Amino acid sequence: MLPYYLEIYVVILGVLMLCLELFSGRRSRSKIALVGVAGLGLVIGLMIFAVPAPGEDTQYWGIYHYDQWAAFYKGLALLATLLVLVMAREFAPVFKHYTSRDEEASGIGEFYCLPVFVCAGLMWMSSAKDLVTIFVSLELVTMGFYVLVAFMRRNVGSLEAGVKYLILGALSTGFLVYGIAWTYGVSGTFSLDQLSVSLSGDDLPESAAVFAFALLMVGIGFKIAVVPFQIWVPDVYQGAAMPVTAFLSVASKAAGFIVLLRVVEPFLSVASLRDPVLYLIVFVVCATLIYGNLAAIAQKNIKRLLAYSSIAHAGFLLMALPAMGGSVTVSGPGPHASIAFYLAGYLVMTLLCFLVLTIVRVATEGEDLVALEGLGKRAPLLAFAMLVGVASLAGIPLTVGFFGKFFLFNIAIQNAMQGGLWIVVFVAVLGAATGFYYYFKIIKAMYWGTAADEGEVAEFKVGRLAMVSILVLLIAVFFFGIFPGTLLGLIQ
Amino acid sequence: MSGQVTIIEFIITIPLVIALAIGCGGSGRGLALFAAWANLLLGAIVFAVVLARGGGDMHFQSSHILLDSPELTLGFAADGMSAILVLLTVIVTFCAVRISPQQPGKGSGRLYYVSLMLIAAGALGAFCATDLFFLYAFHELALIPTFLMIGIYGHGREKVATAWKITIYLGVGSLILLGGLIALYVQLSPTGGLTFDISKLAPGPGDHPLSAETQKWIFLPLLIGFGILVSLFPFHSWAAPAYACAPAPVAMLHAGVLKKFGLYGILRVAMPLLPEGFDAWKELLLILLLGNIIYVGFVTISQRYLDRMLGHSSVMHMGYIFLGIACCNSIGWGGAVLMMFAHGISIALLFSLCGSLRARLDTLEFTRLGGLGANMPFLAVTFGFAAFASIGLPGFANFASEITIFFAAFREAGELGSLQVVTIVALWGVVISAVYMLRAYRRIFQGECIGNLGAADLEREARLPVVLMIVILLITGLFPNIILKLVPDLVGTL
Repeated sequence: MLPYYLEIYVVILGVLMLCLELFSGRRSRSKIALVGVAGLGLVIGLMIFAVPAPGEDTQYWGIYHYDQWAAFYKGLALLATLLVLVMAREFAPVFKHYTSRDEEASGIGEFYCLPVFVCAGLMWMSSAKDLVTIFVSLELVTMGFYVLVAFMRRNVGSLEAGVKYLILGALSTGFLVYGIAWTYGVSGTFSLDQLSVSLSGDDLPESAAVFAFALLMVGIGFKIAVVPFQIWVPDVYQGAAMPVTAFLSVASKAAGFIVLLRVVEPFLSVASLRDPVLYLIVFVVCATLIYGNLAAIAQKNIKRLLAYSSIAHAGFLLMALPAMGGSVTVSGPGPHASIAFYLAGYLVMTLLCFLVLTIVRVATEGEDLVALEGLGKRAPLLAFAMLVGVASLAGIPLTVGFFGKFFLFNIAIQNAMQGGLWIVVFVAVLGAATGFYYYFKIIKAMYWGTAADEGEVAEFKVGRLAMVSILVLLIAVFFFGIFPGTLLGLIQ
Repeated sequence: MSGQVTIIEFIITIPLVIALAIGCGGSGRGLALFAAWANLLLGAIVFAVVLARGGGDMHFQSSHILLDSPELTLGFAADGMSAILVLLTVIVTFCAVRISPQQPGKGSGRLYYVSLMLIAAGALGAFCATDLFFLYAFHELALIPTFLMIGIYGHGREKVATAWKITIYLGVGSLILLGGLIALYVQLSPTGGLTFDISKLAPGPGDHPLSAETQKWIFLPLLIGFGILVSLFPFHSWAAPAYACAPAPVAMLHAGVLKKFGLYGILRVAMPLLPEGFDAWKELLLILLLGNIIYVGFVTISQRYLDRMLGHSSVMHMGYIFLGIACCNSIGWGGAVLMMFAHGISIALLFSLCGSLRARLDTLEFTRLGGLGANMPFLAVTFGFAAFASIGLPGFANFASEITIFFAAFREAGELGSLQVVTIVALWGVVISAVYMLRAYRRIFQGECIGNLGAADLEREARLPVVLMIVILLITGLFPNIILKLVPDLVGTL
């Protein structure tokens, strides 16, 4: 099977779901989500037939390639989308409330289709071979998100988030295009393979190349939400519906990092450009880690808290970049593998948290930390799942989050020992320590909070599919936290 | 070595499996009690076998490679020191589970027993792990349920604030420790591959691969990190309020067992791997441990509540163990390990009795108590034994360990260095303990009776653990050699 059939299948699935929406009843559209889940599961299964041999890199038309990384990120995108659909099904009551006047389901059919198209964009991007393909697929992803964020049209917060995301997203796209244009001007090529060759030419205008890189960083920085391009994150995360927030924090971040890794490496491997590019990256890493972690401390809304924490996680992920392209040799998993491992772990633990939060949101109508109070008594399993997810985000040993952070620290420390840059390690240690504080605030609310003792008790309804997903993710957090080798084996 | 399941793996797995079973809907009390009995038996077997084969070598080794680079192995083994601490853990766990049904306010109790089981499994895993990562990870596994239980089942109006304080304090301590451990692992790994295996990190005979300066600066975070976990002065302020708030079984397990992890870490990791690092900070440690013994000792005397007094006394006794470690000879280390065991049992005994008193009385304030000996003879007698043990009266293991440590400090005859001076000052700590313990006993059980006349004596189920702990203290006190000979020269290279 040709690997790009996978994307085609996903697009067909999306179109199929749209058609299905026409013919389904006005009361219930949850079947569409089920079709989506089943279809995405099928595509994940089909990936087995398109597995690349180790080291194999199949190319098509010079713009699409399929190697182990592409396959891994495609799997990640499919899995994330599948879980988001599960989440969206649980979230249907809230959607109904904010989309149609009479609590009908008629308005929410499209919601299940959009993530599937976004997924196709993500999959295409993980195989993109040149800057134009990257741009087009990234826009496919972003367009989907514009609609998803503003989907709850009767909710002011959602609309506000939509407008903010649209304006800032368009702005960042502008920067990205401009950066691509400059890169083309400097190197004369769109192809990522030839970029590093033509950048290392003798007559390279260095300042122009650095300028091009800075513009690209601005564009990508918006997508992965690093300081100073993070302003939109808290508001958009807070305003968007819970499943969309989850999808944004996992898929949008993964997409940004796929692009970033592809684009940064050619620039870093050119000796004359390495230093200025490195300084830019180090500045961004430190600022992101400090801002994300410190700002999260004061948050009372869970989605805002997780928004800042996702900024902080972007900072941790960036720690691996300085070790790329240069002469640094890393013992243990390299930057690519570590980032892939972290993103996979981040997907598992973030979606676990958001699944629980979705159920809590539907039952209590609250998104503040107070809404979680007493969860330990009322829904022990949900509370435990949240506990594990949060502990993993904080990086407690025996969870996948620990090894994610550990591999990145491993790289940063070895990089610092060989090439300086201890500042990154120092800031990251402080960031991780701060993380403990605000993540434990969630645990504190769940188990020690007393707000729920008085007043009416909300009833938690958990669908069977959501329950299975929670259990699977719960086991995955522990499994990959104790046997990190299995996940690394998938990557390498 | 892999392929067969060792008894150590059984001991660690049983509480984990039981925790899962309780979480899935099993009966909390019955299953936990089963696990406690099974582990008590297996722990005794481990101890006996290691005793018979000699404590110098690793027994029951098992290892499963989980990751090649950096090398990560899920490995367990027990030498003399581990065997002693395993025995301590299973005894205290057994007693804690046994007295749990009498604890007030635990609701359905499912989360309660799951947490107890996780604490036990975490402690056992940490004491037997041969891999730096799992040594740390298992300790964290035990810490988190401890925090949760103090916040959920603790007593007093301040329980959430106190639980939050211990969470932050020990969380920061663990992070500092983690930083030190990572530095250790990066610097000491043999060339050609990073590894977490402690035995592979250990420097071979001959010159240490790291300079004295490097060792010094890696040792500092380890000392602070482990020090926070052991409540080394001046990082002790979390301990007394937390123990006063915690439900009795948690106080027993944390003060008795989990706190020993810090000391174990210093003896197992920090000192053998960084011998010169220890020398650099020895003087500082001597001053800090005096703070534990003398300053905290006086603080203990001034306490007005029994639970807080016990909490402070447990902080104070950590000073002696550090003194034994600082002696830098095998007698001192033997004394330190014996004291870890003796203190673990005696403080668990005291906290369990304190918990029983709390369940019977409105208050634990000394001025509002008195004359309870008349209608609680069993409690009065056993509390007396526990108090004597804690002071270090001859016949109890605490006495044997203290005297071993004091002798160890004066092994080199005629020398009067800082260690000897500190030891002479530290001797006064025994007097301080006698003052507060005997005063507490007199105020609670003797004198005029001020109310609470109707309170009954200790219930029958809770008597077995109390008697068991006293008997063990007496046996190891009369024959301290069972323990001491299990602790051979721990740090061979020194």
